[in-house]
Amino acid sequence: MTTTQPATPPEGAAPRPDRFAPPRIVACPDGPILVRGDVEIVDDEGRPLPRRRRTVALCRCGSSAIAPYCDGTHKAIGFTTS
Amino acid sequence: MTTVTVGAARGAMRAPGPRGPLSARVLPVLAAAPDTVPEDDRAALLVAAREAVASTTDLLRDDDVQLTLFVLYELHYRGVAGVDDRWEWDPDLLRARAVLEDAFERVLRGRVETPTGVPADRRAVADALFAMTAPGPGPSLARFVGRRATRDQLDELLVHRSVYQLKEADPHTWAIPRLEGGAKAALVEIQADEYGGGAPERMHCELFAVAMRGAGLDATFGAFVDQVPAVTLASVNAMSLLGLHRRLRGAITGHLAAFEMTSSLPNRLYGDGFRRHGLGPDTTWYFDEHVEADAVHEQIAGRDLAGGLAEQEPALVPDILFGAAVCLYLDELVAAHVLDAWEHGRSSLREAA
Repeated sequence: MTTTQPATPPEGAAPRPDRFAPPRIVACPDGPILVRGDVEIVDDEGRPLPRRRRTVALCRCGSSAIAPYCDGTHKAIGFTTS
Repeated sequence: MTTVTVGAARGAMRAPGPRGPLSARVLPVLAAAPDTVPEDDRAALLVAAREAVASTTDLLRDDDVQLTLFVLYELHYRGVAGVDDRWEWDPDLLRARAVLEDAFERVLRGRVETPTGVPADRRAVADALFAMTAPGPGPSLARFVGRRATRDQLDELLVHRSVYQLKEADPHTWAIPRLEGGAKAALVEIQADEYGGGAPERMHCELFAVAMRGAGLDATFGAFVDQVPAVTLASVNAMSLLGLHRRLRGAITGHLAAFEMTSSLPNRLYGDGFRRHGLGPDTTWYFDEHVEADAVHEQIAGRDLAGGLAEQEPALVPDILFGAAVCLYLDELVAAHVLDAWEHGRSSLREAA
């Protein structure tokens, strides 16, 4: 990905966000970790894992049958993050 | 009879057969061009709608009412073959539909239970929705399909689902222009994934068509409407009711949240049922996709969409929870109908007309 300098905003204007928002990770309470943006997801040897959608949910409870992605099992086992 | 050349758009469903006095009144009217229908026949639509509502013993199981609503709503989606597209906004037809909708909404509000006292706070609303949709230990259609369903019963499941899943996501999309800010962005994020993220072959409705064809079934939208019972149509009609009325925008977002929250785990079991009968990865792709996709969507729908909307419009909290309860209630009604038929060795479908 090439990086471009954002245009200088006019005097007094709110700063514009970069064209591409930085990757963002959301830790969902009692649930998975949502990942948005340009992040490579790899296995422990650095091989890319399939990424089938723009926003993915990574398993946090350790019981997903489709790890590293979430399959909702945390709800069936009563997993909590607090 | 006038030859109708409009209303035959690609994807328009085949006109179903009538199921009682109301649909027997409405369907022939729809087959004519709006400007050729006599005033008496137009006036009779409203009368027939009122009579159907007054005489029904259970609106959610009323084949005549639910089929009529299904056809009237379909005019807003892809249309009905042989029906002039101008009927979509015909005032006499809308007036008759409003009678059915008022009764439908009244029945739903009377039957479902929603939690009270939930504050207009994104965490509280998400928690309430996750609590409402928590997996229960009771009998489940998904468990039956995963472990016991026969090959014919798998086909029945696909037939029931086909009246929604071949247009999957469309009813919730109506809400997009009715929302703003974070809630709107969240809905668009979910729907973009539902519609394949820009790849038509990955659209969820298309994956469902692949599953149907893999099972040897006709994947044309509406091909099986005549075989689908009222409760199944009611579950789809509820989405159109909530989606098409801006007043009910809270309810359609709650409905989507509940739908997504009750999807990942059951879809794993549905996929297992098809694998158990030796159906290949093409057929199970739809179910496998939903295990992964809806584990993402449920978080976005619960927190950013429903929770976000609650913070923007606190007065909508009761309707958000109402929409979720409607989804769960009608899902249960359909599941109970199907399981009851299967446990007694019967088909859960109607005899084909």
